[in-house]
Amino acid sequence: MIEVLFFFEVVLAGLLAGTMYSLVALGFVLIYKASSTFNFAQGAMVFFAVLSFVGFMEQGIPFAAAFVLTVLLMIAVGFATERLVLKPLVNQSEDTLLMATIGLAFVLQGLAQAVWGVEVRRLDLGVGDFPIPWIADNLGLFVSALDVMAGVVAATLIVILALMFKYTKMGLGLRAVADDPGAAASIGIPLKNIMLLVWSAAGFVALVAGMMWGARAGVQFALVDLALKALPVLIIGGFSSIPGAIVGGLIIGVVEKVLEVYVGPSFGGGIEGWAPFVLAIFFLLWRPEGLFGEKIIRRV
Amino acid sequence: MTSKPATSPFARGDITNFAVLMTLAFLVIPLTIPNGYWYSSILIPWLCLALAAIGQQIVMGYAGQLALGAAGFMAAGAFACFNIELRIPWMPFGGSLILSGLIAAAFGVLFGLPSLRVRGIYLMVATLASQFFIIWMIDKFGWFKNYDTSGIITAQDIVIFGYAFTAPLQMYLVVLVVVTLLTILAINMTRGSVGRNWMAVRDMDIAAESMGISLLRTKLQAFAISAFYCGVAGALFAFTYLKSLEPVAFDIKLSFQILFMVILGGLGTISGAFIGAAFILLFPVVLNTVGNVWFHGMVDATVISAVEQVVFGALIILFLIYEPLGMAKLWENIRARMRSRSVPKAEVPRQQAS
Repeated sequence: MIEVLFFFEVVLAGLLAGTMYSLVALGFVLIYKASSTFNFAQGAMVFFAVLSFVGFMEQGIPFAAAFVLTVLLMIAVGFATERLVLKPLVNQSEDTLLMATIGLAFVLQGLAQAVWGVEVRRLDLGVGDFPIPWIADNLGLFVSALDVMAGVVAATLIVILALMFKYTKMGLGLRAVADDPGAAASIGIPLKNIMLLVWSAAGFVALVAGMMWGARAGVQFALVDLALKALPVLIIGGFSSIPGAIVGGLIIGVVEKVLEVYVGPSFGGGIEGWAPFVLAIFFLLWRPEGLFGEKIIRRV
Repeated sequence: MTSKPATSPFARGDITNFAVLMTLAFLVIPLTIPNGYWYSSILIPWLCLALAAIGQQIVMGYAGQLALGAAGFMAAGAFACFNIELRIPWMPFGGSLILSGLIAAAFGVLFGLPSLRVRGIYLMVATLASQFFIIWMIDKFGWFKNYDTSGIITAQDIVIFGYAFTAPLQMYLVVLVVVTLLTILAINMTRGSVGRNWMAVRDMDIAAESMGISLLRTKLQAFAISAFYCGVAGALFAFTYLKSLEPVAFDIKLSFQILFMVILGGLGTISGAFIGAAFILLFPVVLNTVGNVWFHGMVDATVISAVEQVVFGALIILFLIYEPLGMAKLWENIRARMRSRSVPKAEVPRQQAS
């Protein structure tokens, strides 16, 4: 019985940790859907956003104002990226754009560190990383309050984004651009505004993801490496699918936790560092477009 | 000049350049630079990293496969070399190097398999798996580190024909010989049928396949040879530059650096690997010196390393936009301009050399 409960705990912890991966992956999907660009810089944007947020707070700016300020900053980043990086590289190959976003990642993480320094900072969101007493008492499960909050925030964010895509004019425009940029432009949908919107949304998602990760693990450079794990999430879920990002994140979260707890000890632990990537390879061999991917990637 | 304009792949100019470079590297530098610092901190790491960059260049610049795991293969090579030296004492150092390269190549083939089905970022994720997996494997299985618990293992001395190469200059010569041989080999491969197959696959894989080039063989060959170069480079890097073996030295940061060397140096050129490696290695040194001399150490070291990241990232974007062929192409442009200036207009050969 204890073992079953423990297993549930592990799976639940994995699911909730997985929502954090989903949050990072969500930013990738937004940009990929609209512009077919793999934004490698999403992880760096997470780091950049949350470090700026904590930095603003350290300057004595209250929580809400710092949040708004960071959102504005991320919009500015999105604007600059669109103007300075993506526009000159329009119609280039996907590999070129990918390399450009790797460059962008280094610019962003370097800038953040140059301005705010490299020391690890704590971020207190008012919810601690400790088990919720009520659940622990009644069900005997230890579930972290922070994890639950991350799950709720992620779910809310996804619902908002999904509604926005479905019912707003901007959302419709975005789907049109995603479907066929040329046709969308020819009927007068402002591509530039759509791109700006998408990058801003990705920046916003990055900030939220960064705050969750930062509250859990501290605001530090390691966030960039953590965000790399969003890549296998995307491969499993499919690059162009928001539900895919969610499910992929949950799968990665659960698999790496279960493997780490049950298989890890016999190898001295630490397998969660590579297990998601190896899982992604198997997915690539079995189903290269991912679980929910629409487009079948070019066969080679 | 009375010679005819160059038409063969190995022009007289190339041979002259080669002779000049070799004289410089084997005679002038050893005779004029007595200072150990230059060898142990600049020349040796430069040559080692350039060799790894050639490996990255082969898989990415020539075969067009976006891979990001060079440091993992370097780690495989380094630890393979350590274990071969440790466990097979009669093996000559050259043999150890070749074996290390072959072991790294085996990993290269294994993790290159996904390239048969995917490309772009998909492939990048697959190769990242190799990076994380190899480092973890070395870290967690004590056998690879000879059950050393301190975390840092001292590399054995390089002994060739009973003579220990331990001084900076001697190690430089060892590295130089290996790098020279492998560079010549790489140039020949890229100019021969092997390299042409790679480039055909890079430029249009379907056309290449329909012309009878086996994608399977060509891609795996590129991954294997690339990993071989990285493996040998890793072994040399650990034995002559780090002089120790620790998996941390081969983390993802090094993989990114090697990727940057290739992109900035110029995709699809061997010289680009050397230029890129020199830039990535020297720029931080220059930046630190500037920080110390101009700002008198007032600038924090962490700020300098952050600025370094910004500059590398920005340069990548700038080069991709303005000169996708990298610094090697810039250098060629400068040379072409100087040549056309020094020779009167009428005598400029109209025939294109390449």
